[in-house]
Amino acid sequence: MTVNALAPAARVLQRNLWVYRRTWRGSILGSFLTPLLYLTAMGVGVGSLVTAAGSPAFEGYEFVHFLGPGILAATCMQSAVFESTFPVLGKISWRRNYEAMLATPLGVPHLLAGELLWVGFRVLTISAVFLAVMTLFGIPRYPLALLAIPAAILTGLAFSASVIAFAATQRTGEGFSWLFRFVINPLFLFSGTFFPLSQLPDAVEWAAALTPLYHGVALVRGTVLAEQAFLGPWPLHVAYLVAFGAVGAFLAHRLLKRRLLS
Amino acid sequence: MPPGDEVLVHARALTKRFGDFTAVDAVDFDVRTGEAFGFLGPNGAGKTSTMRMIACSSPISDGELSVIGMDPRSQAPRIKSRIGVVPQIDNLDAELTVRENLLMYARYFDIAGEIAGRRADELLDFVQLGERAGDQVEPLSGGMKRRLTIARSLINDPELVILDEPTTGLDPQARHLVWERLYRLKQRGATLIITTHYMDEAEQLCDRLVVMDKAKIVAEGSPRDLIQRYSTREVLEIRVSDAVRATLNGRLEDVAERVEELPDRLLLYVGDGEQALEAVHDRQVPLESALVRRATLEDVFLRLTGRTLIE
Ligand SMILES: Nc1ncnc2c1ncn2[C@@H]1O[C@H](COP(=O)(O)OP(=O)(O)OP(=O)(O)O)[C@@H](O)[C@H]1O
Ligand SMILES: [Mg+2]
Repeated sequence: MTVNALAPAARVLQRNLWVYRRTWRGSILGSFLTPLLYLTAMGVGVGSLVTAAGSPAFEGYEFVHFLGPGILAATCMQSAVFESTFPVLGKISWRRNYEAMLATPLGVPHLLAGELLWVGFRVLTISAVFLAVMTLFGIPRYPLALLAIPAAILTGLAFSASVIAFAATQRTGEGFSWLFRFVINPLFLFSGTFFPLSQLPDAVEWAAALTPLYHGVALVRGTVLAEQAFLGPWPLHVAYLVAFGAVGAFLAHRLLKRRLLS
Repeated sequence: MPPGDEVLVHARALTKRFGDFTAVDAVDFDVRTGEAFGFLGPNGAGKTSTMRMIACSSPISDGELSVIGMDPRSQAPRIKSRIGVVPQIDNLDAELTVRENLLMYARYFDIAGEIAGRRADELLDFVQLGERAGDQVEPLSGGMKRRLTIARSLINDPELVILDEPTTGLDPQARHLVWERLYRLKQRGATLIITTHYMDEAEQLCDRLVVMDKAKIVAEGSPRDLIQRYSTREVLEIRVSDAVRATLNGRLEDVAERVEELPDRLLLYVGDGEQALEAVHDRQVPLESALVRRATLEDVFLRLTGRTLIE
């Protein structure tokens, strides 16, 4: 994507920001509540039952410390995926926003890049608020913890691109219910979000390690806690997410083009 | 402004296929600068498919097309920056207000904020929506949405405006308001391409038009030309009972140049309608009703295709 293409893409982002101007308060409030509820209920409540501080199961961390960054990554995935489903299909088919945009000098690559910028912005706000709430619980270790934000954005974009590709093939929203039920929710549970994958049989652990959320969780947890044991081979995680996102973006571009320029 | 001789849109053997289906079959036409050019045809004739190719939102399958001297295949963004498009189905941004719709569209064309604001206000006045500037789009009436879409299509001050059925679904009053605005637009020098399946719309607005049917262009000319070429000056429309109709077999042929039998009435194509009506009375054909009118494009279409425009 050249700088040339970025300016028109920024206009597509701007359109979403204009709409966001009306709804941002509720949206930010929601971004506060999610971590607050999770960390209180699961972290402190359940956590006090499952582990004493310094339990070996969580590499010497309390459960709430282990859990917080995992939920951060998973929540960002969820929001990024959601933004790439109904809102995108709506713009393709019910509301025809893309048709209107394509009657201007904008092209399909700009639409795609603009939506990805928007998802990046959403994940930025969600992860920043999440990090702030975790700070109340004394979880993040700064300054490295700040890198959790780009890590979360990378995770969100990797998912977003491939889900936009999927959305470009849909006629109704039915496919999205399937996507959430059979892909996103299992990923949420089995990507090392709530417990270390070493608890699972080897085969399952390997399968989980092939999913993008696993790598996102590793990056976010490793940076938030500034803990090499969680971070693991970080260039590998980054490379995996970049590759996953690039394939997704390639497909999304092709499929959107096929759908929108018939 | 009189239509110039410069050709703004030039199409030769222009073709659009969807899989095995041919929606536009090797059509030729030239739209000249400053004129209002119409595509008149029934549902499914291929009007929208043709418009979308001109507007660079649908790749052409075959043939030649140039728009403002450029090739849609390689210069789509440059063409799109100089044309305005009113699509058949409104695609306004339901999540923005009336004025924001124009401002945002201006942003898509990379028109700076200050100029965009001024143009948006001018255009809202032009389509008489100034008072609704801050409202949401959804509650607007069909006619208002249409006018807003027209205003939006003008935000980049286009040389060519493509309007796909600008008044379909509007009540007569709303239609006349749109027509009047389009007429003014043309006065200001814009070139218009209009599709419609209303013959009165075509007659009112178009300097020249093509009649499209089943993916092909079947005739071309000014409304007057076409009527002269394919119809008589007047038409006598008569209704008779089924019993009477059964006994007619050709009794009226010599009254008219041509007789069209429609399910509900007979059309007699004649030079002088009143005279023809007398002749029918002389033959003692009992009529349920009779009407003399001037020939219209509807008659041209009927002549060319054997069908009425709106079934
Ligand atoms: N994307 C598409 N895929 C397949 N067929 C299409 C597509 N778009 C249009 N068609 C078909 O092409 C033919 C011409 O359609 P088009 O929309 O150009 O007609 P039209 O003259 O604009 O009709 P109307 O007055 O109903 O708007 C129709 O038979 C239509 O079903
Ligand atoms: Mg149409």
